[in-house]
This record gives sequence, C-alpha cells and structure tokens, in this order.
Amino acid sequence: MGYKVQNVSFNQANGTTTLRNISLSIETGECIAIIGPSGSGKTTLLNVLSTALKPATGSIEYNGNNPWLIPKSALKKIRAAIGTVHQSPPIPSQQRVITAILAGRLGQWSLLKSVISLIYPLDLLGPHACLQRLQLEDRLFERCDRLSGGQLQRVGVARVLYQAPQLLLADEPVSAMDPVLSDVVIGQLIEETTSRDATLIASLHAVDIALRWFPRIVGIKNGEIAFDLPSTEVNETMLKELYASEMGNLPMQAAIAA
Amino acid sequence: MSTTLNSKIAKQFCLKCLAILCFLIGLSIWSFVYLGLNPFRFFSNYSESSIAPFFARFFPPDLSSTFLLKIGSGILETLSISAIATLLASIISLGLALPNAGKFGPYGKSITRFLCNFLRSVPELVWATIMVLAVGLGPFAGTLALTLHTAGVLGRLFGETLENYPEKNTIALVNIGSGKVAAFIYGTLPGIFPQLLSYSLYRWEMNIRMATILGFVGAGGLGQMLFYELSLLREPKALSIIIAMLFLVILIDALSNKLRLTQRHSMG
Amino acid sequence: MSGNSYISDPARNHRLGFIVVALVVLWPMLELAQFKPWLLLRPENIEVLGNFLIQFFPPNIDIDFLKIVLHATIETLAIATAGTTLAILIAVPLGLIISHSLSISRIGPGSNYLLSKFIRLVARFLMLFLRGIPEIVWALLLVRVFGLGPTAGVLAIGITYGGMLSKVYSEILESANTLPARALLVSGSGRLTAFLYGLLPGTAQELASYTVYRWECAIRASVVAGFVGAGGLGQLMDQSMKMLNGGEASTILVVFFILVLLADYVSLLIRKQLG
Repeated sequence: MGYKVQNVSFNQANGTTTLRNISLSIETGECIAIIGPSGSGKTTLLNVLSTALKPATGSIEYNGNNPWLIPKSALKKIRAAIGTVHQSPPIPSQQRVITAILAGRLGQWSLLKSVISLIYPLDLLGPHACLQRLQLEDRLFERCDRLSGGQLQRVGVARVLYQAPQLLLADEPVSAMDPVLSDVVIGQLIEETTSRDATLIASLHAVDIALRWFPRIVGIKNGEIAFDLPSTEVNETMLKELYASEMGNLPMQAAIAA
Repeated sequence: MSTTLNSKIAKQFCLKCLAILCFLIGLSIWSFVYLGLNPFRFFSNYSESSIAPFFARFFPPDLSSTFLLKIGSGILETLSISAIATLLASIISLGLALPNAGKFGPYGKSITRFLCNFLRSVPELVWATIMVLAVGLGPFAGTLALTLHTAGVLGRLFGETLENYPEKNTIALVNIGSGKVAAFIYGTLPGIFPQLLSYSLYRWEMNIRMATILGFVGAGGLGQMLFYELSLLREPKALSIIIAMLFLVILIDALSNKLRLTQRHSMG
Repeated sequence: MSGNSYISDPARNHRLGFIVVALVVLWPMLELAQFKPWLLLRPENIEVLGNFLIQFFPPNIDIDFLKIVLHATIETLAIATAGTTLAILIAVPLGLIISHSLSISRIGPGSNYLLSKFIRLVARFLMLFLRGIPEIVWALLLVRVFGLGPTAGVLAIGITYGGMLSKVYSEILESANTLPARALLVSGSGRLTAFLYGLLPGTAQELASYTVYRWECAIRASVVAGFVGAGGLGQLMDQSMKMLNGGEASTILVVFFILVLLADYVSLLIRKQLG
C-alpha cells in the first residue's frame, strides 16, 4: 500500500522544466516534509501528487493504480480521497467560512445535498469542530474576505480536515502564521494523519518546523531530489548546500522555548 | 530635433481625431439631408397652429378613482411582466453562460453566441408580435417576448463575466473529487454572482420600460391601456397613463440607486 | 454529523424570510402576467404559429422587395443617426447643468446659489421627463402632430435619448476625477473652459463609448418607432406582419440581424479608435 512516483518530469507551458526525473516511494501512514529554496519545484511536485498536473514523463501510482490510466469516475473517487492545503486558499472572497469548509466534502456528497448546503448549511458541527482544532471557531460564519492571511490559511486547512482524505498534501500551509500558530496547525495536520493512518506530505519553507515534526525529509533543488533521509540524518552541511542559492541562510520560524 | 519630432506626432494624433470628428459630423448632417428634415423648420412650419391645441387636449388628466384603480392594476401587470421575464431570462442565461464562456468547447461557444445574438437582435416589439400570434393577446405574450430578448442580452453578458473569472477555485474543487456542477456553484458562482445580479437588476429596470411599450401590440400592461385610450381619442385618460409611466420610472430609478449603494450580496 | 443543537446559522432566518417573501410575491405576479406556459403546447396555437413560421422559409428575396428593404434600412440608419445627433445636442448642455462637479456655487455661497439650485432642479426634472416616457409614446404623439414619416421618429429618439444621455453624461462627469476642473474653477476659469480643459480629456473615452452604444440602441429604437408610422424598417415590418406575409417578415428579420451585428462591429471599431 502506498504511493509511488517514478521518473516523473514536468515542464511549464513556457518550456522551463520544473521537475526532472523525480522518483519517490511513500508508504501509507508516513509523514514527509519537502524542503528546498523558492522555485525548486515543491509546489509542482505536490500538484503532480494531487493529480492536478499530469507528468510529462514517468508515472505515479496510488496503491498500484495509475490515476491517469483509469476511467474518469474512478479518478473522481481517488481525488475525493486526496486533500490539498494550498498556500493561497482557492476560496471565493465573498464566500462564508462555513461554506468554504463544507466544500471539502463535495466529492462525497450528492448534487442535491451540495446545492441545499449552499443556502442552508446541512452540517454545522463538523466544520465547527475542525475550526476549533485550529483555534478559529468564532469565525465560522464570517465572510472570507474579512479574514487575515493566516486566518484564511487556517480555513483552507479546516477544509482538508473536514474532507478527511487518505492523502493529505500541504503546500506551505503555515507561511502566513506566527510560530505559535504554525505549531498548532502542523500539530493538527500530523495528529489527523496518524489517527486515521493516512499519509501526509507537506512542503515547508521553515526548516526548523520540518526537522521538528517530520520523521522523513526530502530536499529538492532545481527540480531534482537532493536528498531523501530520516530527519535524524539530515545535517547542517546538506541544508546549507540545499539553500546555497539563498546565500546559505536557512529559513526558520523563530525558535520557541519548549 | 526632438521638438519637431514631437509636434509631428502630436499633429498626426490630432489629425486622426479631427478626421474621425469630421466624419461623424458629416454623417450626422447627411442623415438629416437624406431624410429631408430641416431641424430649424421643426418649429416654424408646424408651430403653434397644430402643436399647442394638440397638447392642450390632454389637460386636465383624468383622475377619477375608478380609472386610477385601473391604472394601478396596469402598473402591477407591467411590473409582473417585467419581473417574471427578467427572472426567467436570468435563469436561462446562467445556463447559456457556460457554453458562451467556452466551457463546452469552441462549437458550443459559436452556437451559443449565434443564438444569443439572434435573440437580442430581434427587437422586443417584433418578438411580441410573434408571441401574440402564438399565445394570443395579453400579458403572457409580453412576458415571453421579453424573456426571449433578455435571455439573448444576459446570455452574452453572463458569458463575458464568466470568461473573465479565474478558474482556480473551481479547479481546486474538481481536484478533490467534486462533480463539475457542484464545483461551479461553490467555486465560481459566489464570485460572479454580484455582477450577474447587477446586470439582471439593470435589465429589469429596462424591461419595465419595455413592458409598457409592448402593450402597443397587445401584450398587456400600461402600454396596451395607453394605446387603447389614444385610439379612442380619450386624451385626458391617456395623460393619466403617461403620468403613471413617468411615476413608475422615477420610482424604479430611486430604488435602483438605493440598491446600488448597498451591494452586499453573498452566496453561501 | 447530525443534530446542530447549539450552533445555528445566523443567516438562516434572514434567508428563510427572503425565500418566503419571494414566493409570496412570485405567485400573484405569475397570475398577473397570466403565465401559462402550457398554452404554448395547445394544438390550435401551435398550428397558427406553425403556419406563420413556415412562411418564414424561404425569405422573400424578390429584387423589387429587396430594393424597398434597402431603402428602408438606409432610412432607419439615417433616423438613428439624426436622432442621436439631436440627443447629443440636447444632452450636452443639460448634462453640464446637472453635473455637480462644475458648480461654481458649491465652492462658496454666492447670490446665485438658490437660483442655480433651482435651475439644476428644473434640469433634473426635465431630464427625467424626457427619458421617463418611452420613445414609442413620444413617436405616437409626434406622428399625430407631424404625420407619418421619419420626422416623428427622429424627434422621438432625440428627445428620449437626450434625456438618457444627459443622465449618463452627468454621472460620468460626476464620478470622474474633478480635481483638475475644480482647480481651474478656483483660479477663475469659466464653467465651460473648466470643463473643456479639466474634465473632458479624462472622460472623453467613456463619454464617446456610451454615445456610440446609444447610437447602436437608436437603430433598434428607430425600428420600434417605425411600428407606429415613423418610417424605416419598422414601418415595413409592421405592414408585412399585418398582412401575415411571413416571407417578407423573415427577410426583414435577417436584415435586422445583419444590421445589429454590423452596428456592433462598427461601434467596437470606433471605440477602439477613441481609446
């Protein structure tokens, strides 16, 4: 059981290659952090894993199935079990938080239920509980354009929590949050994953968060995998080399007293 | 060197403007000449001898309570025709907007564009004449006519709005397994809804005026009443109806201004 | 996940109320509009409509008739252009009077304050009166005065569109950046020169764009005016429909379609040039 990425490459529309020959093997239940400098291909890799982008070469496999070779209805089912936390949540600005979260289960609901929920939300406790875990429950009925950047990101996380997928992908999910909040959110993502034996792959900009929370670290540079190691084996030289383009400064959240 | 260059460019630009302006003025003058109209003779030829007594026959307007009640029901009929037509047309246009924005491929777009152009190029009055033939005299014909024409107008406007709206919200929902329709109503519709509502309300305002006009071919509302009274040469009653039309327009004007100031529409 | 016991959607009552009101209002409206879609399916109605529509094919392409249609089309275009010109001539002074941005008296109270306010009120009322009455009503009345023919149509369009243009002109002028114009007014410029130098440059494109759009509408309005005898394609169409001559009617409809597409295209060109 697991996810396989084999020799995947991806090219942007303007011709630049963002992923070169990436191969990864992921077991169900793992928590992996992807780190690397800006523009290294972290977001593209996550998009390929979420079936948002089709690889130019190579293949991906979910439990032995290639999602690009199966009928549309089966792909829909697979997608309903993959949740993505976007760095900039794709939520219409006038939408209320409750509806934005309910949208997480659109892949599992019938059309009738979806339409009714738009006008009269059919489940209020579920989204409320998700927001509670992220300390945002008092904003349940707020419009999304009234929220700060960090609050909006938490709504995006809440949507994925509500979806309860088997594969959680997170693209820089705490980039707009302060250190305390970042810890809460990452902690919730990991707890959600381990409690349901799901899989979590998160791209992170702050190296210390990655090292602190994730047992396996994948470093990406220029679209290629630089290293793929347990976090205990990652040392400072590797990190400095990874971030060489950023003048060797390792991006960190502020250190927190334990 | 630079000053001569600049004045050359400036002259060229002005020349183009001037040319267009001259062309337009020439076109306007030609149109008057072609029609054989001399605007300065409007008032000398047909002056006080015929205009004044004609308009004098309209005063005083008939304000009897029975007639005012009739006018009242005429107003309600006009409002109903326009409201239902606009509502129906909006719903139809929402469906038309998707192919119009290219969501069903280039063929869908061309067909829908053609359909919308056809619907809106035929004047409402012509639609009304045809509808009167189809369902008889009365407000239903007017409603159908307005619905058809407005669907063409709104179909195109809705399509343009949809085309200009970024797709990333809807795509994100499709990527978590949502059906296309649900993804649309959760991801795109809330974003475009205020603009669509604005167009619909504006169109309703215009349709109220249109609904009065359609009455001239027997499609109900104040227009039918006016035409009737005028053909019986009952000018005072006609003036009452005209005043009612004015009143309606002023009211709708004020209401739509108020509504525009408090635009806080949200869906979901 | 059921039983939303202690959390309730604050928008729920609001939305429920809205739905109830909408339904309560919708029902009588459907009655008043005599909305009976099943009438469309009644056999006798379908037959009459069917017979009429069948006559639409083929459209009448008899050379003599086409010549008449061509004349009528040019006449319609001429009515629309002349009417729009008249409308511009009315709207420019009216719009200027109404536009607050140029109000000298607003900068400071002068002896003319009440007078100019009064004039502005009169102008506002005039504008409402001109555009509040539908063009067909004007056309009908003017046909009684000037007889059948294009005069009534041109005047009707000129009057109503003058009202509409003046409203939109004043709105465009008021929502434009008024600082340059005000600066000129404060330094003693007259109202007209302040307009020409301060306001016109920035708003010219929007003003022209709307005027061209109105010209496009004027073409349709002149067709409508034709239905009450004001000449052009409308009068022709009215005659054809009255004689239930589907072939002629469909030819004219095709001409409408082409005309509107052309006008669309031309107005797009002009607006691009002005940009």
